[in-house]
Amino acid sequence: MSPLREDLQIVANWVEEGARVLDLGCGDGRLLRHLFEQRRATGYGLEIDPAGITDSIANGVNVIESDIDEGLSDFDDDAFDQVILTQTLQAVRRPDQLLREMMRVGRAGIVTFPNFAYYRLRWHLAVRGRMPMSNALSYAWYETPNIHFCTIRDFEVLCDGLGIHILERRVLSHELKRPLVGGLLPNLFGEVALYRICRA
Amino acid sequence: MSGSFPQDSVGLVESQHMHFDESLRLDCGRELPAYGLTYETYGTLNATASNAVLVCHALSGDHHAAGYHDASARKPGWWEACIGPGKPLDTNRFFVVCSNNIGGCHGSTGPTSNNPDTGQPYGADFPMVTVRDWVRTQARLADYLGIARWAAVAGGSLGGMQALQWAIDQPDRVGHAVVIAAAPRLSAQNIAFNEVARQAIRSDPEFHDGRYAARGERPRTGLMLARMLGHITYLSEAAMGAKFGRDRRGSGEGEHGDYGFNYDVEFEVESYLRHQGQSFVDRFDANTYLLMTKALDYFDPAADFGGDLERALGSTRSPFFVASFTSDWRFPPAASREIVRALLDTNRRVSYAEIRADHGHDAFLMPVPRYQAVFSAYMARVAEEVGA
Repeated sequence: MSPLREDLQIVANWVEEGARVLDLGCGDGRLLRHLFEQRRATGYGLEIDPAGITDSIANGVNVIESDIDEGLSDFDDDAFDQVILTQTLQAVRRPDQLLREMMRVGRAGIVTFPNFAYYRLRWHLAVRGRMPMSNALSYAWYETPNIHFCTIRDFEVLCDGLGIHILERRVLSHELKRPLVGGLLPNLFGEVALYRICRA
Repeated sequence: MSGSFPQDSVGLVESQHMHFDESLRLDCGRELPAYGLTYETYGTLNATASNAVLVCHALSGDHHAAGYHDASARKPGWWEACIGPGKPLDTNRFFVVCSNNIGGCHGSTGPTSNNPDTGQPYGADFPMVTVRDWVRTQARLADYLGIARWAAVAGGSLGGMQALQWAIDQPDRVGHAVVIAAAPRLSAQNIAFNEVARQAIRSDPEFHDGRYAARGERPRTGLMLARMLGHITYLSEAAMGAKFGRDRRGSGEGEHGDYGFNYDVEFEVESYLRHQGQSFVDRFDANTYLLMTKALDYFDPAADFGGDLERALGSTRSPFFVASFTSDWRFPPAASREIVRALLDTNRRVSYAEIRADHGHDAFLMPVPRYQAVFSAYMARVAEEVGA
């Protein structure tokens, strides 16, 4: 199996050995498979896309077809060590409610999302006057599943308001490369933001 | 001869029969002194007997799950969409076994079999059987076939419930449980449909309290009505609309003036239902229909645990694959999700797919591409696991 994408590798490194994980929007199950095989993790993926569900099953992970916009009511409080949401926050109907649900069913969480304040996106909007498109945001505005863009600063303000504690933040710059200047001005130079969070 | 069958079919198949002299204590408290199971197998059992899959049939199904009984047979077995070379239950990899449940009318001991005490058909005297009883009989069949553990036990509808019961009752003998279009128990509405079906049969003047065979009669009208009612509930409104609409026989959609103004068959849907009912009467026994509907009504593994399904599943060890169909209102997705939820709460390995299909409950029998793809993906993992 091909090596994990850089952002997923960072996420994987954040998951402790033998953890019980819930991956929200698990796609083809690649991350979960890696966690099952390399970190002896157990748990489930939730996915809504039929092809993703079939691929996840082919990858040998447990996947439940479900719509995370309808909440996580299938799961009890504190059912997981880690609840993971990679590149999906911007596509859900109520990111605030989902974050609250994540903190209910998991002891800790991992969230990654495309940073809308990334300088290339700002440039796109400021100079060309068009909705930004980039590697991380490859849809035109009228067809995008991404309905709730946010910036690194927005996310941190929301976490504060929800009583969510940020344990660690990482950013990746263009093409998922590690930032050159030691992560200076992350809200400007970070294309993808990665967070480890827990209840405050 | 096999050249005349589709490439992805198991082709020509023959039924087999196994007689068990050991008596069988049933849930209802009665005992069968001996019984027989009629079954079919497809594919080849490997040297370590690790590649066997048990398929459980639904209410009106039987042991003929795949292939054809003779070269001129028009219809293949009931799960032809899912059993065969390259199909989800891939007979190039798995050894698939399907038996007719006891109480049935297609070869296994049931109401049409002779009662050894009287030398006459059991008829209404055949004891009531439960899903658990079926699991017991199939476990003995597995012993006889030298199968210590099934790679998977799979079924749809009542067959899915049976797979669930297997996982609960025989956890050491089930590698994976495949539970499709099933439910943890019937709803009141479901029991109500079954009761109307039973009353249709039992109120037929030719039913004679179930002793119709001795008189050389059969409650044809009652059984036909029961089947017509059942058939409506197995299809969705959309599926019926697409298939028949308001079309009328011969004329398509006619003017009002074309109406017959009588009670003859006029709409295509009437013709279809009558045909389904009539052909069912020729191949099915009324007492069996009564028994099977009661087995469905009684199925409720959580009942032994104060209604707690989570605890009922506490004995299971196998991973599960659960699937439902969006237009199935007889065993709706919510019923499957209840099973999934209980498995999640019990920390069992489970995958669940909710498949968009317009066919209603019958979708589990159909070659729905997404259904076949996801079922195949699951079974491919099972095959890898058991070295099939």
